[in-house]
Amino acid sequence: MNALQLNNPQFKSILQQATNLIALPLVGIAMFLLIWSMAADRIDTSLGKFPGPSQVATQAVALYDEHVAEREKAAAFYERQEKRNAARIAKDPTYEPKIRKYTGKETFFDQIVTSLITVMSGFILAAAVAIPLGIAIGLNKKLNIAVNPIVQLFKPVSPLAWLPLVTMVVSALYVSPDPVVPKSFLNSMITVTLCCLWPMVINTSVGVASIDKDLVNVSRVLRLPALKHVQKIVLPASIPAIFTGMRLSLGVAWMVLIAAEMLAQNPGLGKFVWDEFQNGSSDSLSRIMTAVIVIGFIGFLLDRVMLQVQRVVSWDKAGAH
Amino acid sequence: MQVSLIKRTWTSLTQLKKEALKKRAAIASVATLTIATMFVPQATAEELGWPEKEELKFGFIKLTDMAPIAIAYEKGYFEEEGLYVTIEAQANWKVLLNGVIDGSLDGAHMLAGQPLAATMGFGTKAHIITPFSMDLNGNGITVSNEIWKQMKPNIPKMADGRPVHPIKADYLKPVVDKYTAEGKPFNMGMVFPVSTHNYELRYWLAAGGIHPGYYAPHKGDVSGQIDAEALLSVTPPPQMPATLEAGTIYGYCVGEPWNQQAVFKGIGVPVITDYEIWKNNPEKVFGITAEFAEKYPNTTIRLTRALIRAAIWLDENNNANRPEAVKILSQSNYVGADYDVIANSMTGTFEYEKGDKRDVPDFNVFFRYNATYPYYSDAIWYLTQMRRWGQISEDKSDDWYFDMAKKVYRADIYAAAAKSLIKEKIVDAKDFPDFATETGFKPAQKEFIDGVTYDGTKPNAYIDSFKIGLKSGDKI
Repeated sequence: MNALQLNNPQFKSILQQATNLIALPLVGIAMFLLIWSMAADRIDTSLGKFPGPSQVATQAVALYDEHVAEREKAAAFYERQEKRNAARIAKDPTYEPKIRKYTGKETFFDQIVTSLITVMSGFILAAAVAIPLGIAIGLNKKLNIAVNPIVQLFKPVSPLAWLPLVTMVVSALYVSPDPVVPKSFLNSMITVTLCCLWPMVINTSVGVASIDKDLVNVSRVLRLPALKHVQKIVLPASIPAIFTGMRLSLGVAWMVLIAAEMLAQNPGLGKFVWDEFQNGSSDSLSRIMTAVIVIGFIGFLLDRVMLQVQRVVSWDKAGAH
Repeated sequence: MQVSLIKRTWTSLTQLKKEALKKRAAIASVATLTIATMFVPQATAEELGWPEKEELKFGFIKLTDMAPIAIAYEKGYFEEEGLYVTIEAQANWKVLLNGVIDGSLDGAHMLAGQPLAATMGFGTKAHIITPFSMDLNGNGITVSNEIWKQMKPNIPKMADGRPVHPIKADYLKPVVDKYTAEGKPFNMGMVFPVSTHNYELRYWLAAGGIHPGYYAPHKGDVSGQIDAEALLSVTPPPQMPATLEAGTIYGYCVGEPWNQQAVFKGIGVPVITDYEIWKNNPEKVFGITAEFAEKYPNTTIRLTRALIRAAIWLDENNNANRPEAVKILSQSNYVGADYDVIANSMTGTFEYEKGDKRDVPDFNVFFRYNATYPYYSDAIWYLTQMRRWGQISEDKSDDWYFDMAKKVYRADIYAAAAKSLIKEKIVDAKDFPDFATETGFKPAQKEFIDGVTYDGTKPNAYIDSFKIGLKSGDKI
């Protein structure tokens, strides 16, 4: 390295960027790990010491090993099942063989997938209701005034208050001998939907209501029919606001889901945390801590993904940050 | 019965009326039995049919005595019956019972009192039956360190300085009196109003002169704290240690591993096991709805067969398989507590104070002593305790007790399952009761901590024999 290179302004700016993007976060993480492990050493619970980073790392590996072992058991299960089905057909030719899903436990990774599917379904359902509703409210002042009190009333309700009602309603209405999706999935999903509806409704309606007057006037001059007006003018113009609402909602949805799973014992990461808490084994706390970090990381990833989508579809780059 | 009726036609009118009522009850009981046996196909005469329902979901609470279900799954006994079972931990006993009633669970590990209470309508009403009794013993009573410190001076010591067991509640009595005098309520935890633990804790307290309180469901009072000196309330088993640690309760009665967990965590001291309160007392049962047994008779027999085989495995060769069972139970999807904690009681020892580990070889019995046979007398003991503490608010005739027991404890299904296993030479007939002569009533039992004899054929006389508790004619 010579003086020329070091003084090169381009090189300097790259160096600065690298510091900002990589080095500083690394320093932050290192500091956090240090403080965490020092603090963890000093906290004694009845289940042993609070888990530090190394215990969590050990448990993360253990959870992965359990996952692999469970997959092997599942393979053996299917093999046995096929043999049993074949044996039965030999004896009882009228029997229609059926391959049943593995009945063993859900591993940590299965729980992650379940949680992700639940949160996305709840979120998409909410979006499908909230965005049209938000547009309608945004376009029509009178409707806005009429609906506003209801939105304001339900917006601050904690998701967990909804949960018992949702559970009872789902058990009453969703009766089927061979259900397509399990009841517990519906419970979590609907609770998520109810909670992430409101930020989307509000943001969409505000976005729609504050469209540039010039654009509305253009539409008037062209005498666009109502649907065309929404499609060509309203939607494109309010996309940034809609996506801001969606991003907020997804954050809410993820938080709500973990709580709902914990409380209602629905499969997913929340249940994993609760089960471990109930087990009270010496590994429980480190397993819960592993889950906490994974939950945080997934929440962060979801937010990043929404941000990227928002950037791609939005013309108003200022709205995305 | 009919002969006796003819003989007594001469007696007074009131007597006649009484007899008529009795007869009606007897007819009803015969009728239910006939209907009951009708549901069970001729499994013994010919080969057992295919299961009508193959995919099942069973619930359990995180306790070591759920072992037969876990073993039947892990050892492939369910699969060998053509049953594909999913096993799911439940949050508490109420959630579990509701799951079975509303059909989201096909069956579950239940407290012996749950099918009885549900069938007679104390709590949620639903006809729940049990074809299989899951185990004997397995519970303990633990008090907090603070209470133990105050109790210990009262307890006689052995030569080596360790307290003499069994410890009676007499030694707790002064502590409770002191708290009462100071105006502090003496709170204790048990797991459910109709749980074995509730009745055992009450039995122990009452034997030591501490009144555990009455229920009065006809007045809407189901807290069970009327006239109570010790106030009992519900806490789910896995949360017992945490609740004790928080100081909300001073002691509790719960199944394993939650007593040993208190020792390991250093937050409490188990004072007595239920084996010492009533030797070889019946514990959990496997509960299904009557509707399930009626709709899926082959499935019912097959699942009972799988559970019987699991129970045999758990006890065979003098508990040789217990370490392996403990390893399975310590998996996070079953009990999930540490191996050492579960092993403490499952392998025939019990640790009281830290370091004071004693042999209790029969602490957990899954098959020996006909542990899995659903004895009517076991059901009746629970019913007598429900009456004693007011959960059954009015007097009932002896026949009522017999009928209720027969309606819920389905020895016929058990016999069908056991006989088919015997026929296929999977099990040995000598390990089972002689089904041809078995009445379902155990001989009178004397091994209770207070020395009172229990004879299942005389429920009302038994209820009247206690110092503390409701007697014939009493009503809150």
